[in-house]
Amino acid sequence: MSAAGVAVVQSGEAQNGAAEAIHVENLHKKFGQLHVLKGVSLSARDGEVVAIIGGSGSGKSTLLRCINCLENPTSGIIRVNGEEIKLKADSHGHTVPADRRQIERIRSRLGMVFQNFNLWSHMTLIENVIEVPVHVLGVKRSEAIAQAEKLLARVGLAEKRDVYPAFLSGGQQQRAAIARALAINPRVMLFDEPTSALDPELVGEVLKVIGDLAREGRTMVLVTHEMKFAREVATHVVYLYNGLVEEEGPPEQLFGAPKSERLKQFLRNVG
Amino acid sequence: MELLSPVAPGWGGTLLVGLLHSVEIAIGATCLGLMIGTAGAFGKLYGGPVTRDLLAVYTTVVRAVPELVLILLLYYAGTDLINQVLTAIGYSRVDISGLAAGIFVLGFVQGAYSTEVIRGAILAIPQGQIEAARAYGMSPGLMLRRITVPAMLPFAIPGLANLWLIATKDTALLAVVGFFELTLATRQAAGVTKAYLLFYLAAGALYLALSLFSNLIIGRVEAWSRRGMPSVREAR
Repeated sequence: MSAAGVAVVQSGEAQNGAAEAIHVENLHKKFGQLHVLKGVSLSARDGEVVAIIGGSGSGKSTLLRCINCLENPTSGIIRVNGEEIKLKADSHGHTVPADRRQIERIRSRLGMVFQNFNLWSHMTLIENVIEVPVHVLGVKRSEAIAQAEKLLARVGLAEKRDVYPAFLSGGQQQRAAIARALAINPRVMLFDEPTSALDPELVGEVLKVIGDLAREGRTMVLVTHEMKFAREVATHVVYLYNGLVEEEGPPEQLFGAPKSERLKQFLRNVG
Repeated sequence: MELLSPVAPGWGGTLLVGLLHSVEIAIGATCLGLMIGTAGAFGKLYGGPVTRDLLAVYTTVVRAVPELVLILLLYYAGTDLINQVLTAIGYSRVDISGLAAGIFVLGFVQGAYSTEVIRGAILAIPQGQIEAARAYGMSPGLMLRRITVPAMLPFAIPGLANLWLIATKDTALLAVVGFFELTLATRQAAGVTKAYLLFYLAAGALYLALSLFSNLIIGRVEAWSRRGMPSVREAR
């Protein structure tokens, strides 16, 4: 993988003094009878890169999507920048955000990058990137465009600014989606298997962009299947098994000396 | 041929006034239908059980009954009902203009069909795009305006264009309630002059011209709405 670069080893939890950007406590999520998350806790301090790994069906994507309530947790506590997301039970007994404005405000500061890019197909790249700053955050259009041009240049897509997403490769679309996430100046970036839908030869270009962001100290929560990449960029790795945290710790410990039998098995299978 | 002259004693002017009224009704009915259709589609997709049931009754009944029957029913029964309500609450009876009644009746019918076209179009939007809008904190209103409506347009326009063309010709049904549109105007002109073939051919040509002009505009709108989509031709 071309993303190899220089592995930045921020050993252990270097930023212990930093404020907690994401705090998840005892999170449960049920889809009908299916109990996907069975009491998961997770914490990401400012500047940390938390990688969530695990087999398919372990609940890692669900956990990430609960942080911004794309999936409503069944129970548990979620705090973003110290602010707890207010939840309530609706008329069907499902837990939903209690305050629409609060959840919208919190979401508008979490830069989410999806497995399938999810760029808005009726907008050019530059329009995709300025959409949220202009229409949700109220940034002046001219300022948003200037910033978006810089971001597109940064992910190597400056000359594609007026192209519609459908005319680009998956790797290019995902890099544009990262620019869209950066445009909101996110407190935390959430990556939901950002390279899983890409052709193998396009994975590298996307991992390079994400790796650069990690190295400049962006706070991230990253769900990934790229173990080598997780080992390089993460400051903290969480291994989920069957809806529970099976083992967590600094990457060198999890990958170098895993304690759990299941994690050893998992690493053998994916390695 | 001088019978078609736009100035008296020719009847061309009468036909053109009829055409104008037809177009007015069709535009009004389509706009009303689009509003009902958008609201109806969202109600059917995201509304509560009561809303969904009511809308199901509306779309089923309107699409099950022949339009001519609906027009007669809504026009006569509708104006009667309004006047009964008005007299009951102490107002005097009003004459409802044929234009307003025509727009309402056809719009009500169009709304039922539009509901289904727009519902299908919303379902065709890749869900990820809606999810991205949610994930970035868009409010429901903003999401509707900025994402849902523009993203569904490419899927809705062929169906809505059909409805528009049907609306232009459904205006002819309003002749039965005495509204002066192109068909009634033609019948008058033909009846007086006895030049049936000439006037009905002329009316046919006017309807055709309206459809051709509509196709031109619709083609442009559709191309614009599909601006983010690769050409199907290249994917052959």
